[in-house]
Amino acid sequence: MTLALETTAVKVRLRPADGWFTACDLGALTPGRGVAALLPDGRQVALFRDRADRVYAVDNRDPFTGAAVLSRGLIGTLGDRPFVASPLLKQRFDLISGECLDDEAVRVAAYEVRTA
Amino acid sequence: MTTAPGATPTIVLVGHGMVGQRFLEALAERGLTATHRVVVLCEEPRPAYDRVALTSYFSGRTPEELSLTDMRFIDDHGIELYVGEPAETIDRGAKTVTARSGRVLGYDVLVLATGSYPFVPPVPRKDAVGCFVYRTIEDLLAIEEYARTKARTGAVVGGGLLGLEAAGALKGLGLTSHIVEFAPRLMPVQVDEGGGAALLRTIEEMGLTVHTGVGTQEIVTDSSGAVTGMRLSDGSELATDLVVFSAGVRPRDQLARDAGLTVGERGGIAVDERCRTVSDPDVFAIGECALAADGRVYGLVAPGYEQAETAAATIAADEASFTGADLSTKLKLLGVDVASFGDAHGTTEDCLDVVYSDARAGLYKKLVVARDGTLLGGVLVGDAEAYGTLRALTGSVPPVSPESLVLPAEAGSGERLGPSALPDEAIVCSCHNVSKGAIRRAVGEHRCTTVPEVKKCTKAGTGCGSCVKVLGRLVDAELAASGVEVDKGLCGCFAQTREELYEIVLALRITAYRDLLDRHGREGARGGEGCETCKPAVGSIIASLAPTIGASGYVLDGEQAALQDTNDHFLANLQRNGSYSVVPRIPGGEIAPEKLIVIGEIARDFGLYTKITGGQRIDMFGARVEQLPLIWSRLVDAGFESGHAYGKALRTVKSCVGSTWCRYGVQDSVRMAIDLELRYRGLRSPHKLKSAVSGCQRECAEARSKDFGVIATASGWNLYVGGNGGAIPRHADLLAQDLSDAELVRLIDRFLMFYIRTADRLERTSTWLERIPGGLDHVRDVVVHDALGICDELEQLMRAHVAHHRDEWAQTVADPEKLARFVSFVNAPDTPDPVVAFVPERDQIKPDLPLLSIGLRPADDVLEGSAPR
Ligand code: SRM
Ligand SMILES: Cc1cc2nc3c(=O)[nH]c(=O)nc-3n(C[C@H](O)[C@H](O)[C@H](O)COP(=O)(O)OP(=O)(O)OC[C@H]3O[C@@H](n4cnc5c(N)ncnc54)[C@H](O)[C@@H]3O)c2cc1C
Ligand code: SF4
Ligand code: FES
Repeated sequence: MTLALETTAVKVRLRPADGWFTACDLGALTPGRGVAALLPDGRQVALFRDRADRVYAVDNRDPFTGAAVLSRGLIGTLGDRPFVASPLLKQRFDLISGECLDDEAVRVAAYEVRTA
Repeated sequence: MTTAPGATPTIVLVGHGMVGQRFLEALAERGLTATHRVVVLCEEPRPAYDRVALTSYFSGRTPEELSLTDMRFIDDHGIELYVGEPAETIDRGAKTVTARSGRVLGYDVLVLATGSYPFVPPVPRKDAVGCFVYRTIEDLLAIEEYARTKARTGAVVGGGLLGLEAAGALKGLGLTSHIVEFAPRLMPVQVDEGGGAALLRTIEEMGLTVHTGVGTQEIVTDSSGAVTGMRLSDGSELATDLVVFSAGVRPRDQLARDAGLTVGERGGIAVDERCRTVSDPDVFAIGECALAADGRVYGLVAPGYEQAETAAATIAADEASFTGADLSTKLKLLGVDVASFGDAHGTTEDCLDVVYSDARAGLYKKLVVARDGTLLGGVLVGDAEAYGTLRALTGSVPPVSPESLVLPAEAGSGERLGPSALPDEAIVCSCHNVSKGAIRRAVGEHRCTTVPEVKKCTKAGTGCGSCVKVLGRLVDAELAASGVEVDKGLCGCFAQTREELYEIVLALRITAYRDLLDRHGREGARGGEGCETCKPAVGSIIASLAPTIGASGYVLDGEQAALQDTNDHFLANLQRNGSYSVVPRIPGGEIAPEKLIVIGEIARDFGLYTKITGGQRIDMFGARVEQLPLIWSRLVDAGFESGHAYGKALRTVKSCVGSTWCRYGVQDSVRMAIDLELRYRGLRSPHKLKSAVSGCQRECAEARSKDFGVIATASGWNLYVGGNGGAIPRHADLLAQDLSDAELVRLIDRFLMFYIRTADRLERTSTWLERIPGGLDHVRDVVVHDALGICDELEQLMRAHVAHHRDEWAQTVADPEKLARFVSFVNAPDTPDPVVAFVPERDQIKPDLPLLSIGLRPADDVLEGSAPR
């Protein structure tokens, strides 16, 4: 696995378990879109950046289809809840809590994120 | 009714035309099909069809599409329908009808709905080969066959409503067409002198030759007995290969005469106000064969429908009567609006005319008004926009001055009298006798909120369609008045419709979604992220207008990249396991062997599944996101471009092989398909756009199922619009015919830009055409006749698009920064997504779907999608 080069730019870190994990530079994220990152244990995370440079992290796997694609969805706000809409069947997931806005029985893992 | 006790009474209907069919429906609605045996004798080889729309056969409506008879209805109601079996005699004493087959049917009630026959003036050789009438589908089939094989010139005897329609049809068949009318003007029954003059000018401008004030004296034939011309009453001879008699109709009352029923002096089976024959209480007559109680024989379908209802109600012992009907008509003859209503000729004593006429523009409008200001009737030629409202106002004093009703809007004082001014009793739909009050109730009490719902609920607008415009405005007004807040906004972020956002973006030259959201979004949405509905919609608007508003035409540039749906963002189609498909453009479906080989090599090298699509090109499935740039670099090198299979944009222009190879082809359909595909490629639109070009009317390219379809004719191209396959298929409508290459392209330019401008998000042209007020007529007015004066702008917008088009995959593979996005993981760009895996099937691959539910699987039993490279 080739890891991205370390630079002095602002980093995006998240906390998948106990420790913090550095995923990428903030510059690798386009405002309004996401990217996928691979965790050391094989899990996948979808990272998003909004227009105010807030960053969010949820599990990348779309629970409705099983495909690892949430990072490729469009983000939006419903009231003041930020969400991502799955690119496959369009269900929306709250980016902070991981709850599915279209089916309360479903949720994805959400992770704490930090930029520094 | 006289029936032996216990036996089921029998109703026999003779004639299964438009009125006969309506009569059956009226019986069913009243439950009479359950209590009676109903038997129908139908003379024609097919059950009832839409005779009013007969001519649309020549613009592509098939006989099946013209049918008015739902066989399920017939079966469900246990109706015995004998097709191709005319009644020959009636025995009123025995109460039986005998059909040609010898079948004898006893009746308790007999209903005659035998319609009319075309009147053919008794001129010598009127039955020569090449002489036709215009009444049935069989007549049209015969005319078409003869015109195609044996005629170049055609003449229609009779310049009335049907004559003009027939002449238009002959012209459409490629014949040089003449109209010979005995009266001094065209449509003498419907319009007055001024109206006839306006009509004449317009019709002559279309290339038809009109001879008024002359009669036909004889038909001239050659030695084989085929028509070569006709001698006219002024002594001249008109050379023609085909003659259509359209000199009026006569009631078909022979059967009734033979049975001793009273007929009028000038024909027609005499009936009373209940549509019962005056001679026999057990026999009814309805439709064009009947002489109504007011002494008239009606030659229109609406009064016939009313008679059908009256007869059914009488049989059911309901109260009903038919005392007379309105003779209003509105038609579009060869694209010219002609309407007359009420006392069009001003026969009421002491009435006054208000006339507006502009000979240059082919406009003529006359209102007939009584001394006290009551509107009595009128004639409209060239612009019948106000017809629906005026007809409904007839009989009352309009709330504004009559002058202002006929002056065109641009003449300053022209007033557009809205339907809100109509009284509740005003009949808005005369085909189905629906009043304004009934429409208001449909909205108010029955909670209809759209025109289609109101149509379903009231039947209004489902006949000739001429009232649909007024209907739309009434529904809107009613919804607004009842305080129903119809939020037409695009989504939770914007209160505007897509069309309104388009206008804002264009007028204010807004190139950034954020600006639009922050300045024009709903209060609570400003400053937010927007949503998955409006982002792609606004992204598409910006892309369609890019060169004009000064935005980048490249959909992945800057902020635009963030707006695109995932497919557009990766310029490929996402598949269910997270892999992508790749569809290079193959314009017109034409591809040289070398390019086919390239596609084969790429698919082999990347281990992709290949399939020929329904759009005449090749799809390669199973590419991982990080493979897309590599695949596309090779495709771009080999001269391929994006096929936009992922975009709400032009997909394919399918072709048939056309005149180059096909023995039937009359134009080079492949070349045209390629030209069109290259012209409109990359054009972002509210929904995907599809097209096809057929080389002749056999239509092998299926152009009529496309958003814009082109079918070759001997003299050019016919353009059809609004077709759709998919879940709700729709045949495209003819927009214009016999176009040159340049005319065709110009019309498509305008059509597409008008659609892009006014359609809703994800609204195909088919639904758009059904939704927009005025429908096809309105679109034709705007794009063919430039009624809104916007065609220059529409063409300008398209020229800008064409001039600035660049292939987005070529742009992407040349831009390292953009390519950086095509990675599986931001922190491990070359590691394939482990849930994207494939298993073999029929010598190719397919997604490993079980893997999606289990997450991971030991590496050795999966077949990698990517072959070593
Ligand atoms: C690949 C193809 C099937 C095939 O293997 O033949 C296909 C595949 C898809 N079609 Fe299709 N359609 C394909 C030809 C058609 C056709 C036939 C045609 O174009 O002549 C039709 C009917 C014609 C029409 O559109 O009027 C067709 C009617 C649809 C519809 C229904 C549209 C409608 O107006 O009702 C959808 C759904 C939609 O767009 O909302 C759809 C959507 C789709 C999508 C995009 C569904 C999706 O979101 O994943 C499929 C993905 C394509 C991909 O991943 O590459 N596809 N689809 C065909 C690609 C043609 C091409 O070369 O571009
Ligand atoms: C080209 C064209 C355009 C028209 N445009 C308009 C328009 O725009 N607006 C409008 O209002 N009207 C229009 N009309 C007129 C309209 O079509 C008629 O008013 C309507 O069809 C009358 O219906 P009907 O049932 O009385 O007669 P038809 O529809 O003629 O039906 C009568 C049926 O009875 C059958 N029949 C006759 N004798 C027998 C028998 N002995 N046994 C069994 N069956 C028999 C005939 O074959 C026929 O099928 C148009 C007509 C034509 C031809
Ligand atoms: S549409 Fe006509 S020209 Fe084209 S292939 Fe079919 S028969 Fe031949
Ligand atoms: S007036 Fe003909 S459909 Fe309404």
